[in-house]
Amino acid sequence: MKAFWSRFRQNRGAVIGLVLLICVILCAVAAPFVFPRSPWSMVQRPFLPPFTMDGLPLGTDALGRDVLSGLFHGARISLLVGLVSTVVALAIGIPIGALSGYFGGVVDDALMRFTEFFQTIPSFALAIVLLAIFQPSLGYIILAIAIVSWPPVARLVRGEVLSLRGREFVEAATLSGQGHLRIICAQVLPNALPPIIVLASLMVATAILLESSLSFLGLGDPNVMSWGYMIGAARTVLRTAWWLSFIPGIAILLTVLALNLIGEGLNDALNPRLRRRGT
Amino acid sequence: MKTLTSLTTMAALALAATAATAHGPPVPGGTLNAVIQPEPPSLMLGLVQNGPTQMVAGQIYESLLRYDTDLNPMPSLAKAWTISDDGLTYTFTLQDGVLWHDDTPFTSADVVFSVDVFLRETHPRLRASLAHVDSITAPDDTTVVFTLKQPFGPFLGVFEVGTMPMIPKHIYEGTDYANNPANNTPIGTGPFKFDTWERGSHIHLVKNENYYLDGKPYLDEIYYQVIPDAASRAVAFETGKIDLLPGGSVENFDIPRLTAMDNVCSTNEGWEFFGPLSWMWMNMHEGPMTDKNLRKAVMHALDRDFARDALWNGNGKVATSPISSVTRFYDADVPDTSYDPDKAKDYLAQSGYDGETLRILPLPYGETWQRWAEAVRQNLSEVGIKSEIVATDVAGWNQKTGAWDFDLGFTYLYQYGDPALGVARTYVSSNIAKGSPWNNVSGYVNPEVDKLFAEAAVQTTAEARQDLYSQVQKIVVDDVPVAWMMELQFPTIYRCDLHNPVNTAIGVNDGLRDAWISKD
Repeated sequence: MKAFWSRFRQNRGAVIGLVLLICVILCAVAAPFVFPRSPWSMVQRPFLPPFTMDGLPLGTDALGRDVLSGLFHGARISLLVGLVSTVVALAIGIPIGALSGYFGGVVDDALMRFTEFFQTIPSFALAIVLLAIFQPSLGYIILAIAIVSWPPVARLVRGEVLSLRGREFVEAATLSGQGHLRIICAQVLPNALPPIIVLASLMVATAILLESSLSFLGLGDPNVMSWGYMIGAARTVLRTAWWLSFIPGIAILLTVLALNLIGEGLNDALNPRLRRRGT
Repeated sequence: MKTLTSLTTMAALALAATAATAHGPPVPGGTLNAVIQPEPPSLMLGLVQNGPTQMVAGQIYESLLRYDTDLNPMPSLAKAWTISDDGLTYTFTLQDGVLWHDDTPFTSADVVFSVDVFLRETHPRLRASLAHVDSITAPDDTTVVFTLKQPFGPFLGVFEVGTMPMIPKHIYEGTDYANNPANNTPIGTGPFKFDTWERGSHIHLVKNENYYLDGKPYLDEIYYQVIPDAASRAVAFETGKIDLLPGGSVENFDIPRLTAMDNVCSTNEGWEFFGPLSWMWMNMHEGPMTDKNLRKAVMHALDRDFARDALWNGNGKVATSPISSVTRFYDADVPDTSYDPDKAKDYLAQSGYDGETLRILPLPYGETWQRWAEAVRQNLSEVGIKSEIVATDVAGWNQKTGAWDFDLGFTYLYQYGDPALGVARTYVSSNIAKGSPWNNVSGYVNPEVDKLFAEAAVQTTAEARQDLYSQVQKIVVDDVPVAWMMELQFPTIYRCDLHNPVNTAIGVNDGLRDAWISKD
């Protein structure tokens, strides 16, 4: 663990990313304490520019709602959507990839054709269609994002498992009489974990972007304050109040950037031999 | 905010005032570029009566009467009319020398054919009014007589062009109306003739040289440009590609920017016949809104002044009654419905509300309506009523409204100048039917209200009608079957070089006949 941290630390970008992400997490955790009122409360006159009134440092939106409060509460939603949908996507993708890679043959063919079926449909279009079928509520948004983001996980896990399957330690486990399930869970997957972790960190970023894009298009949960909603609602007043789109846009940018930097750092830390940069 | 918006309104009024005065006598000539949004499905006004169709086809077709902005009838194809004392016989004298666009003379036979044959088959809204008509006859070429079965107060209000367009008998008689090839090249008697229609691009109308009024129309031609994106429409106006933006063709928040430009005029007039009134249906079929105290609590919880100022840029009026203040027989003397959170909390305490989450169905017509639903949700939460917004699209809105699948549902409807034509339909119990989003969707049943609306429609004198409508307004407002929101106003924005585009109660739908462009 210590070695891991020292390797991670060597990537300066990753450390910056981590700091940013911790800030976002703190915002999300602090939101209900710093802003106990609902972020939908209409507190001042609409379209108050930033830095013009004490207590409302980022001004107000089209209905006089506090932008800073929206930013804090929106952080909760963005992180929630990012994390939960990634967990769900992993829960779908890892078993499919593992079974496919481990058993090969007909199982592999069947599962990979199924995966390709999802991969051939543009993921954003598929998410829109899914939400048009479901009600756009938070639960369904998470589900829709998970459904469109698991195929790369399955492909990655399959590749890893495929290369691990023929190794001596797996053959040893087979010879010692371990069952397939035990071998997959105890021998193969733990060794395939590093790339999955790296991928997962990037998937969180993608999920946050997807949720924002969906909200931007008006397909978000109308009862949940999210960053994408804030941009979508402000888009039409871009000419008169550009900062309303700009501020949550920056929040999304920084969060996604942080996750990408962390992903890179994790990659360096978990695969020391593959490291691209020398120290 | 309030001062800000009222300043904007005053500025707009001042601009409109300057436009109405001075500038000398009308001069002929010039090309008008207007926006049409969305592109109409057809220009055959006898078959299709949606908004954009009326806006373009109102220049091509005409009816017997036009209406000024106080809804008083004015001559159009009829130059004079008399009503018998018993209110049963309406006699119209037609203009002389009127020609269809194909140079066939227009006669009383065309009127009888249009109303009694064609429109009776194709126009549901007119058909409802024609149920009161016993016979339509043409004693000579320039006289038409409508005989009614019983007096029908609003009858003189159904001769508007979108309600009763004149259809050429020599083209349509005995044909399959919907599939007549002439539908693609509409022939009317109006001041402008159809020229070309490039689908997805523009509709081109040209001056009717043989128009029966000497010197009119002034304009040589009109282009209706099709620009599907609201922001692009605003930009097209800013860059000078477009000179006339009919009401509702740009987003509300763009209006102050556009009207602040040099040489730009705007007017809120020209919607009096429609009197668009917005409200939220309250589902009285089942669920929490069946509780009158909860309905009153909701009504008093709504800060409609804020909605008007923040969402509609101060355009519009807070509604106080089921009858819009621009419609006939409006009465301001009704129970109070103003924003009062304390009153709302009192009513809430008296109600049987126990924390259910009310489902708000927003109108899927763009940003303004979505924000409005959010403001309502917040207003309700501030008095202690929980609610959530249901995400929906146009098809879903139609379906959910018609199926009564909501607790509070946004809508807005036209009033057509008279409560018997556009108001009663929302509140009478005979008009409750699942499946339509346009009838008595709330499911409001009050026999007293049914009786008053029925009686008021068949009175012969305006005084008698006013008395009954005043009574019914008081009862309905006290029952709160819907939460009245706002009388909507859709400013018409135009270059000040264009004069007098709005001079009737339906605005640019038939007003361009008298419009002219000054030359500098």
